[in-house]
Amino acid sequence: MAHTIVASTLRFPTLSLRFVPVWRRNLLVWRKLAVASILGNIADPLLYMLALGYGIGSMIGEVGGMSYVAFIGTGMVCQSAMFTSSFEGMYSAFSRMHVQRTWEAIINAPIALDDVMLAEWVWCATKAVMSTAAILVVIEALGFGHTWLAIFILPLGFLVGLCFGAFGLVMNAMAPGYDFFTYFFTLVLTPMLLFSGVYFPVEQMPAWLAAVANVLPLKHAIDIARPLMLGRVPDAIALHVVVILAYAFVGYWIAMVLTRRRLLK
Amino acid sequence: MTGPILRVAELRKRYGNHEVVRGLSFAIHRGECFALLGPNGAGKTTTLRCCLGLIDPDGGTIDLVGEPVPKAAREARIRVGVVPQMDNLDPDFTVEENLLVYGGYFQLPRQDLERRIAPLLEFAGLAGKAKTSIRTLSGGMKRRLTLARALINDPDLLILDEPTTGLDPQARHLIWDGLRQLLKQGKTILLTTHFMDEAERLATRLAVIDHGTMIACDAPRALLAQYVEPEVVEVYGEAAKTWAETRGRALANRLELAGETAFCYANDAAPLLADLATHAGVRYLHRPANLEDLFIKLTGRELRD
Repeated sequence: MAHTIVASTLRFPTLSLRFVPVWRRNLLVWRKLAVASILGNIADPLLYMLALGYGIGSMIGEVGGMSYVAFIGTGMVCQSAMFTSSFEGMYSAFSRMHVQRTWEAIINAPIALDDVMLAEWVWCATKAVMSTAAILVVIEALGFGHTWLAIFILPLGFLVGLCFGAFGLVMNAMAPGYDFFTYFFTLVLTPMLLFSGVYFPVEQMPAWLAAVANVLPLKHAIDIARPLMLGRVPDAIALHVVVILAYAFVGYWIAMVLTRRRLLK
Repeated sequence: MTGPILRVAELRKRYGNHEVVRGLSFAIHRGECFALLGPNGAGKTTTLRCCLGLIDPDGGTIDLVGEPVPKAAREARIRVGVVPQMDNLDPDFTVEENLLVYGGYFQLPRQDLERRIAPLLEFAGLAGKAKTSIRTLSGGMKRRLTLARALINDPDLLILDEPTTGLDPQARHLIWDGLRQLLKQGKTILLTTHFMDEAERLATRLAVIDHGTMIACDAPRALLAQYVEPEVVEVYGEAAKTWAETRGRALANRLELAGETAFCYANDAAPLLADLATHAGVRYLHRPANLEDLFIKLTGRELRD
């Protein structure tokens, strides 16, 4: 029988609309703490955007056909989607799963663990969209948004949220405690941030490093976001979307398998 | 629906090389309160998790409210309420929101839920607390709210995993009153506990399990009559051991020493009491046998972790 149990944890995640009430639960909690949450999501990227954008921007002028503030602002939109969803998949999900035992309560109702995980995953992406929207509004308010095409950065935020939310949930499934998440910052998020073209164009790096950047999902998100901000339809958009979605689904599947092993035993 | 509300047959569950549940079978009928008793690690919680379809058994069959588990576990859970061992109310919500959100997991329409909340809060002794934050509730209130939450779907079977662990006596009595009310309304209850007084007060039938197998299963009185001598004399103090070896062992049907206490089990305690009366300075207590005696007899005195 042992092999059938291994097989049952490996099966593809169930995708069912039963996730909706669990997603709504997270939304209800978020509404109570919304102001602090939005501030937390956008304060950091906003400060970077202003300080680096105006500071360094005053020395180097235009980058990639846009002002440096707009350049870095677009990067910050993607970065904040990445951070927000990673955070949600790690710290917040861990609180709900392990500290508050909220998941345990939910799976005693007619909701499966797969439904809870799907809700958490979509919720990570939802929060990524929220922070994406908040930063887009700021960019607009500062007068750097020139095109209605920028609105498509919102669904892009959702994709980035699915990708990094899934990674966060993988970490969550393995975490003995909150400290464990530090590894993810050091080993994944920081390199992602530095080598995906958030602060400077990837083309400025040596060829081998640029090649590495090309496998990073955040780089593909930025390749979609920058042209949109300039009012252009991005090149090879399907390729970028596929790369991000591939990371998202593979990550989510791994997260699901590890979470089943952790909780359903 | 006729037949048992829960039927477990030849249930087996193994972790690595350790078989936690080893061929357990029992059935629970409508309207009864069935208690699963056993020392820590006996397999109680594993059995419950299998019954709810949260873990896949390695063998055996489970039939919960007419549905095969784990195959149709989700469908079965629509008609089951669960009070878990540890509180897991949503700390960010009020009392009322906890019930509303939990009811949402059962796809219950909002109007139905809103109608159910007031009587449930009344039942849980939380009337007037609807808008109170969970963080300000006492341990007993949280337990009662957890019980109310388990009733939000008007379940056919209520499953409680050690419902009063960690509560003070007042709070425990309130929970017991609540459970008795539910039984009177015709609800069926399955509970695990290692409090013998809890089982004695509530259970119509109880099963003692240890090392994953059933040791005994019947009505509490019937089990006592079958396994334990009706009278118990407990003898305390430094002199107890000497007295037990020289006098007690001959006079009791069965005698057990635990630390500085001698437990004498007898069909008739009169000779024991007469002898003790001549030993000034030996303290003792004469009482009828209870479930604790049964439990100790069936599962032994050694400590479990």
